[in-house]
Amino acid sequence: MNFARSLSKAVKEEVIALGYYQEDMERASRETMRKLQDERLVKTVKHAYDNIPYYREKMKEKGVEPGDVRGTEDIRKLPFLSKEDLRESYPYGFLAKPLSECVRIQSTSGTTGKRVVAFYTQNDIELWEECCARAIAAVGGTKEDVVHVCYGYGLFTGGPGLNGGSHKVGSLTLPMSSGNSERQIQFMTDLGSTILCCTPSYAAFLAESIHSMGVRDKIKLKAGIFGAEAWSEEMRRDIERNLGIRAYDIYGLTEISGPGVSFECEEQMGMHINEDHFFPEIIDPETGEPLPFGEKGELVFSCITKEAFPLLRYRTRDICVLSRDECSCGRTLVKMSKPMGRSDDMLIIRGVNVFPSQIETVLMNAGYPANYQIIVDRVKHTDTFEVQVEMTPEMFSDEVRELSEREDELLMSMRNMLGISPRVTLVNPRSIARSEGKAVRVIDKRKV
Amino acid sequence: MTIDQLSVFVENEPGRLAEVTEVLGKADVDLRAMSLADARDFGVLRVIVSDPRRASEVLKDAGHAVTVTQVLAVSIEDKPGSLAGILRVLADAGVSVEYLYAFITREKGNAYVILRVEDNARATEIFRRHDIKTVAANEIYDL
Repeated sequence: MNFARSLSKAVKEEVIALGYYQEDMERASRETMRKLQDERLVKTVKHAYDNIPYYREKMKEKGVEPGDVRGTEDIRKLPFLSKEDLRESYPYGFLAKPLSECVRIQSTSGTTGKRVVAFYTQNDIELWEECCARAIAAVGGTKEDVVHVCYGYGLFTGGPGLNGGSHKVGSLTLPMSSGNSERQIQFMTDLGSTILCCTPSYAAFLAESIHSMGVRDKIKLKAGIFGAEAWSEEMRRDIERNLGIRAYDIYGLTEISGPGVSFECEEQMGMHINEDHFFPEIIDPETGEPLPFGEKGELVFSCITKEAFPLLRYRTRDICVLSRDECSCGRTLVKMSKPMGRSDDMLIIRGVNVFPSQIETVLMNAGYPANYQIIVDRVKHTDTFEVQVEMTPEMFSDEVRELSEREDELLMSMRNMLGISPRVTLVNPRSIARSEGKAVRVIDKRKV
Repeated sequence: MTIDQLSVFVENEPGRLAEVTEVLGKADVDLRAMSLADARDFGVLRVIVSDPRRASEVLKDAGHAVTVTQVLAVSIEDKPGSLAGILRVLADAGVSVEYLYAFITREKGNAYVILRVEDNARATEIFRRHDIKTVAANEIYDL
């Protein structure tokens, strides 16, 4: 064995045993981190200004030039970015590198038919995977572990992100993707999975299946990394008890990179933001004014190391609180609370982002008036998703078969648009509750 | 010789069917015959009533989706084999039946069959040729 390689492996193992993947960054002093962030921000602002005409225009509109941003204290001079900017510049408008240097795309829902497409250079992928590796190491993951990834693989960032992180840590990676619970459990028992990565609702579902199959004693899981949807402390305790593991949260969004923007440590009290890559701010969602740490507001991220898709001051629409309280895990990375809500009407259903406007687009495309209501609930830790569509005289037919076919067509187009299947129900004309003349579009009965 | 049949959309919720019939009752509309077709999560109530125009108006006013369909009514003898007889002549002529429902009347020994076929004119002509009695609209409404 090559000496240098075995030495570096030995060093890596020692670090990972402590639960850190990149200790120098995860435990950097405030001064070191601030200096790094300042340098990286300045560089990224210039990079974005020079290479993204759309962004250059946004900066000019706000009367700001790259030279005005000398560090993170100047960040508020920059304009905000939102999903609408990404829609307007779809697909290549925010690309800051030639396509020949990009190696991957990932994609998430847009507010209407157009999806958001994010681009990555090889370096972007490396850094993203390192962020995920930090999350895996933080739950005790080492190269001895078997990491069972049943987030979806594909356009969704969940699978690819944790898969890459697991490779970085050196764990044996099971790229299971989602679905087929029996096979999931079979591999879990046969190959001795120790760390489970999926949505919390799927974890709860797997836990139930494991119990009903009577294979609980054959499961070697010790920890789980569960993200992409909201979950309560009660749900965490249920999963922990039913699987005999510790369950950790992870946060991320495709626009910023994917999972691993922030991750939970053994304290299980908020998620550490990988702020050497993603500079966080909290703003008042109404006025856009920055709020001090500790106050509840909308989370805004600036990517300060990304090459291909360097979004600055991107409004996540997630409402949360930031904190710099000392953490018992030893990390100095700023912490964010679990998102407590949204400042827009986006719903997260079974880990998938759904906008009411997408449903509206499907109905309009199919020639229906947009009289609908979305009803979301959580039954046995799994989201239920129903879309009621008002029947109109034109839509109604004496033929049951024809009506059923229309229902099925709507279901298909919604599945294509959203990436998940709602239950589509036709209801009486004018039967959807209206408050002060405005129809109530979303009824979310979930308590999380 | 067609009859106006009302079809009403009925949500698959307890009480929806009651609501529809209550609307008709309050408007003094008599039900002559009815049939309920059910799908996965809704139903279509098909009714023959004493006053189809009025029934359609009051149902629409009450917020229901209603449509009027032309169907045929045939009078047959209330005895084994008579329904088979009329279906056979339609089948032999290649006319397909979408749905049907039947009811007996106060008049002893007689039954009515409500038929929805793809081509009313053709079916009527076939019945005429086979001496099968189709019933006029007023006769049904005023039963």
